[in-house]
Amino acid sequence: MDDTVILQLSQIHKSFGDVKVLDGIDLSVRKGEFITLLGPSGCGKTTTLRIIAGLERPDSGRVFIAGKDVTNEEPNRRNVNTVFQNYALFPHMTVEANIGYSLRLKRVDKETIKKTVSQALELVQLSGYEKRMPDELSGGQKQRVAIARAIVNQPAVLLLDEPLGALDLQLRRQMQVELKRLRARLGVTFVYITHDQEEALNMSDRIAVMRNGKFEQIGTPSDVYDRPKTSYVARFVGSANIVEGTVLESDGQRIAFRSQGAVCLVAARGARLSPGEAVRVAVRSEMVDLTPYASPELPYSGLDAAGGNPGDSQVGLQAVVKEKNFAGGVLQITVSLADGSELVASRHGIDSPLVPGDKVRVTWQPERAVLVDLEETP
Amino acid sequence: MKPEALAKTGEPRPGEPTSREEGARKPTKRRDAMVLSVLPLYVFTFLFVIGPLVYMLVLSFLRRAEVWGVTLEFTFENYANILKPVYLKTFLESLKLACLTTLLVALFGYPFGYFMARQNAAWKRRIMVLLMIPFWTSSLVRLYGWIIIFRANGVLDGLLMALNITNAPLKVLYTYAAVVVGMVYALVPFMIFAVYSSAEKLDWQLVEAARDLGATPFQAFWTVSFKLTLPGLLSGIVLTFIPSMGLFFIADILGGNKVVLVGNLIQEQLMKARNWPFAAALSVVLLTLTSIMIALYRKISGVKDLEGLV
Ligand SMILES: Nc1ncnc2c1ncn2[C@@H]1O[C@H](COP(=O)(O)OP(=O)(O)OP(=O)(O)O)[C@@H](O)[C@H]1O
Ligand SMILES: [Mg+2]
Repeated sequence: MDDTVILQLSQIHKSFGDVKVLDGIDLSVRKGEFITLLGPSGCGKTTTLRIIAGLERPDSGRVFIAGKDVTNEEPNRRNVNTVFQNYALFPHMTVEANIGYSLRLKRVDKETIKKTVSQALELVQLSGYEKRMPDELSGGQKQRVAIARAIVNQPAVLLLDEPLGALDLQLRRQMQVELKRLRARLGVTFVYITHDQEEALNMSDRIAVMRNGKFEQIGTPSDVYDRPKTSYVARFVGSANIVEGTVLESDGQRIAFRSQGAVCLVAARGARLSPGEAVRVAVRSEMVDLTPYASPELPYSGLDAAGGNPGDSQVGLQAVVKEKNFAGGVLQITVSLADGSELVASRHGIDSPLVPGDKVRVTWQPERAVLVDLEETP
Repeated sequence: MKPEALAKTGEPRPGEPTSREEGARKPTKRRDAMVLSVLPLYVFTFLFVIGPLVYMLVLSFLRRAEVWGVTLEFTFENYANILKPVYLKTFLESLKLACLTTLLVALFGYPFGYFMARQNAAWKRRIMVLLMIPFWTSSLVRLYGWIIIFRANGVLDGLLMALNITNAPLKVLYTYAAVVVGMVYALVPFMIFAVYSSAEKLDWQLVEAARDLGATPFQAFWTVSFKLTLPGLLSGIVLTFIPSMGLFFIADILGGNKVVLVGNLIQEQLMKARNWPFAAALSVVLLTLTSIMIALYRKISGVKDLEGLV
């Protein structure tokens, strides 16, 4: 991978009327990188992409493509191409004419166009579909044509707006694999939009998690999944539980904090917190351990006294099993905590001996929990 | 409805749960019901469309009676008459005016309809109302309005002279120009509606896709928007061209006796000269010409319905 920056956004602001849609977007994408904008509906993903494509003008901020300031360039003068969310194939043109459209505008000779188009069709596995009209194609085929049309021009950056959003799950998985292969073959830079976190984790080099027109965290899939910076990212990417509390003490490695009358532990990872400070901790459901809770709470005796394995010590939140759900190959056990809030633990397998109404103790390995919202919490 | 369409609807649709015997009985029953329900349509069509057409066609091959009506005598005389230079000239004149009118209507109506479709819903509604208001008044009344504007020392002359653009009345009334303006005015709404209904359906994202792929605004318009609104433009052309061949009263009122069109000729032959067979022959030729137009339109656009025919 080349380390040169091919696309850069700096301090992009955009409002539609009174609605502030983008609020200071900064992004820099390396050549050949696959970057995904991930976020819930309405957070401004499409708007960001349209600003890169030139279909929308930012109120302020700059867009650089290959080092050149293109903020005020028309879309046709930018070396980027878009795969639109609903394909946007020209209905009055054949597949061949659709794919060759940009080449015809450049007045490339007919022979070359024909050759390039058939290569592109081969690349998206649609050879022989040259003469079809768009309305004679299935959704997946339309999507392939849209991709072929966008790559035939060899853009510096390929922009894809939820390209798989309209496809069913199976086709979507298949297209994910194909897109990855395609990208490996072409080496084109991808800016990809999705609101499916699994898709983002599967395909990207980096993920930019978006919230209300801002990037909440930009990092590798494992950064955002294993080390979320904020509770929002932890919830959105890993469907994590968030536990709040106040710091009791820290030994540099771990931090002990009090939450709902119990004591919990979390790996410090360099965070320096003093007793009394408020903390928020993210724990993904598969990291949550539930143990039957027979005896009353044991007194917490400090980090040192807890011995070699604090996870085994008598700390942990008291909870009552509320319900069990089997979905997507895992069993989800919802428990309610002392303050009435809920927490989810997941297990492989179809059932567990726990039944609703059981009293349990909620614990986790401290290194599996992550401190979040550090700069936010007072 | 066409007979083959009728037969098609009578058949059981695939996937319909019919037991075997039911399936055998039901279609015929349904077909009977269908025939009954469309029968009035056929009767109506026969009485008011086919009947008059046949009557006109027959009439056009008969000889004119000395004083009143026709004699039952077969002749090609009426058609031969049309080929006389004076009448042929009228046809050419009509064609010329129709072409000019249609061209102007397209030049004005296409952009209007196109940009109207690009407005937001509130503005679309407002523009639509403004376009509809004239239809609530008689077209004759509106034509007299033009007379007031066009006549010597009328509104137009007054305005032009007040602005020092001209210093003598132009006397536009009873000129070819007045007729053209009147025709364009009367027919432009149809073009606007036809283009609008077509442009309304245009997915703007396609234009953005074109721009994204390297098209300038004009290239995007030409290769995408124009191509996709062409059916609207074509039906607009048909909707303007055909009436403009026959709109005799505009030529009458705004052109005085100077502009004689096929429509005027037919009216004159029918009402004044009382030569019904000749009027019928003229009508048959006019009808043939316009039918050719529609056939051509269908061939070009590949559609069977006139889009925007509101
Ligand atoms: N042309 C526009 N005029 C007014 N508001 C707009 C316009 N385009 C987008 N918005 C608003 O901007 C916000 C962000 O829109 P955007 O399309 O970028 O969201 P998104 O993240 O792509 O969402 P989704 O996942 O639903 O596609 C939304 O609240 C939307 O209503
Ligand atoms: Mg979107």
